Amino acid sequence: MNFPLPDFFPASAEIFVLVMACVVLLADLFKSERQGWLPYLLTLATLAGALAIQVGTAGADTTLTFSGMFVDDRLSDVLKSCLYITVFAVVVYSRDYLMARGLERGEYYLLVLFATLGMQVMISANHFLTLYLGLELLSLAIYALVALDRESARSTEAAMKYFVLGALASGLLLYGMSMIYGATGTLEISAIARKLSDPATNMDVLRFGLVFLVAGLAFKIGVVPFHMWIPDVYHGAPTAITLLIGSAPKLAGFSMAIRLLVDGLPTLAVEWQQMLMMLAVLSIALGNVVAIAQTNVKRMLAYSTISHMGFMLLGLVSGVIELRASGDIQLSYAFGSAMFYTIAYVLMSAAAFGVLLLLTRAGVEAETLDDLKGLNRRSPWFAAVLMMVMFSMAGIPFFIGFFAKLAVLQAVVAAGYLYTAVFAVMLSLIGAFFYLRVVKLMYFDEPLDTAPLVASSEMRALLSVNALAIAVIGLMPQSLLTLCATALGQAMK
Amino acid sequence: MLIEYFPILLFILIGIGFGFVPMIAGKLVGPSKPDPEKLSPYECGFEAFEDTRMKFDVRYYLVAILFILFDLEIAFLFPWAIVLEEIGMFGFVAMMIFLGILVVGFIYEWKKGALDWE
Repeated sequence: MNFPLPDFFPASAEIFVLVMACVVLLADLFKSERQGWLPYLLTLATLAGALAIQVGTAGADTTLTFSGMFVDDRLSDVLKSCLYITVFAVVVYSRDYLMARGLERGEYYLLVLFATLGMQVMISANHFLTLYLGLELLSLAIYALVALDRESARSTEAAMKYFVLGALASGLLLYGMSMIYGATGTLEISAIARKLSDPATNMDVLRFGLVFLVAGLAFKIGVVPFHMWIPDVYHGAPTAITLLIGSAPKLAGFSMAIRLLVDGLPTLAVEWQQMLMMLAVLSIALGNVVAIAQTNVKRMLAYSTISHMGFMLLGLVSGVIELRASGDIQLSYAFGSAMFYTIAYVLMSAAAFGVLLLLTRAGVEAETLDDLKGLNRRSPWFAAVLMMVMFSMAGIPFFIGFFAKLAVLQAVVAAGYLYTAVFAVMLSLIGAFFYLRVVKLMYFDEPLDTAPLVASSEMRALLSVNALAIAVIGLMPQSLLTLCATALGQAMK
Repeated sequence: MLIEYFPILLFILIGIGFGFVPMIAGKLVGPSKPDPEKLSPYECGFEAFEDTRMKFDVRYYLVAILFILFDLEIAFLFPWAIVLEEIGMFGFVAMMIFLGILVVGFIYEWKKGALDWE
């Protein structure tokens, strides 16, 4: 037997992150007392370097490597570039918070880098095993991160819940994958799609497997009725870790949905679109209504995540799959809107948790609505930042969140689900209440805590850039929308 | 049809025999001098019957987990060593990278003191 040397070039960003993770680990072990900043700077350098490599090696073609297990296409380039930028922001926002709590250890940076690597592998997966491998690398790193604060009973409980439910979800996903393997005889995603058009394939086994795949996927992105872990984990984890869970993994989750369902099982679209429709409608309803009752901002944002992920799924539901016969861009517009929604949500979520991190300091945990009272008196600019984020999440023009909702709703209407679109708009209106309540608390209530905000200047600067991105992309969303649509159009060819 | 299952029947019979014959032979042939220590059940270092909510030394588990990690590494090395001539340089380098990552992990646990008992 002869093993041909695989083409490592498409995976160069992954290899770089892996090598740098080992370097960060060794640097953390052998650094001197005065070099406490070393792991932090190395992590940022890794993410910046990975972004540079990703952009530098980006090509217009789709390249398969590692015997068809790994794909490098426009979709993965765009999603991974967003991923590095998000994780970069997460690391910068988190440092002060972690230092104030004695959690800023090398392990944090290491686990963040491994989670990033897991997400990279997920985004580039063209094989069920690669997808699962990436998912587990991401999940295991995040379980450990949630339990980073070992003394806190609440985070340990959250980590335990997350671990048990996450393991169950992985089990469901694997079971679904094994069913699909049983029906098609292959685990390679593009080969499965080819097998589906073969009339000899057992469709019943496929549908059975599909149910488990969708359930596992729904668990991982946290949509109703598989959302139970989201509020508890968001609430229990240290805020810096909530920031990580609530942002970058959504990009990987979106890519997982695209690779599994759109790339892998296109002929079963009628089946999975029905399932996703149920999940989406339930998530939008429950997320927006239950969030009103929350007094804890982290729990409120958790329910808001559920409703936003429901919206993202609506985009996937509306995509028309004309089975590669005519792979023009117009067809993938609905999937492009889902991708745009995901990127927009990640931007908003990073900024929202970023402001929460800004309000904390040693011994003070800002996480209830009361902590936001009178923020305008304490810092008019960051009150404005959080206001922009809340307006954007509520879908008020002209922020990015508005165009994300608009794009998805246009796709939903174009696909003929008029009542679903009306329903989604109604519930977004209900949801606007709790976003606007935050704005009211910041501007019209007396502050309970008048201490000045403590934060490093790099965090203030990056958070401002993040907020401005929400506003600026909101003013000219077309280029990002087109980018999403072309990336998906190419991935579906 | 049924004759095809004969090897399985044979397998079951031998399996049962393998379990019971030494026990019966030991009872019949071996000397029997019981004392309380010999009769008490053995449970790797713990008292067999006591409250389950007891304190135990967590270091024992740390060593056990580390042992499993490196034990698995050996399990990968055996099949690799057998086919090394066929998989050539690529297989050799791939395994070296795998071992290299494990060595980084080993340095980490050593430096963090996971291997010190006291």
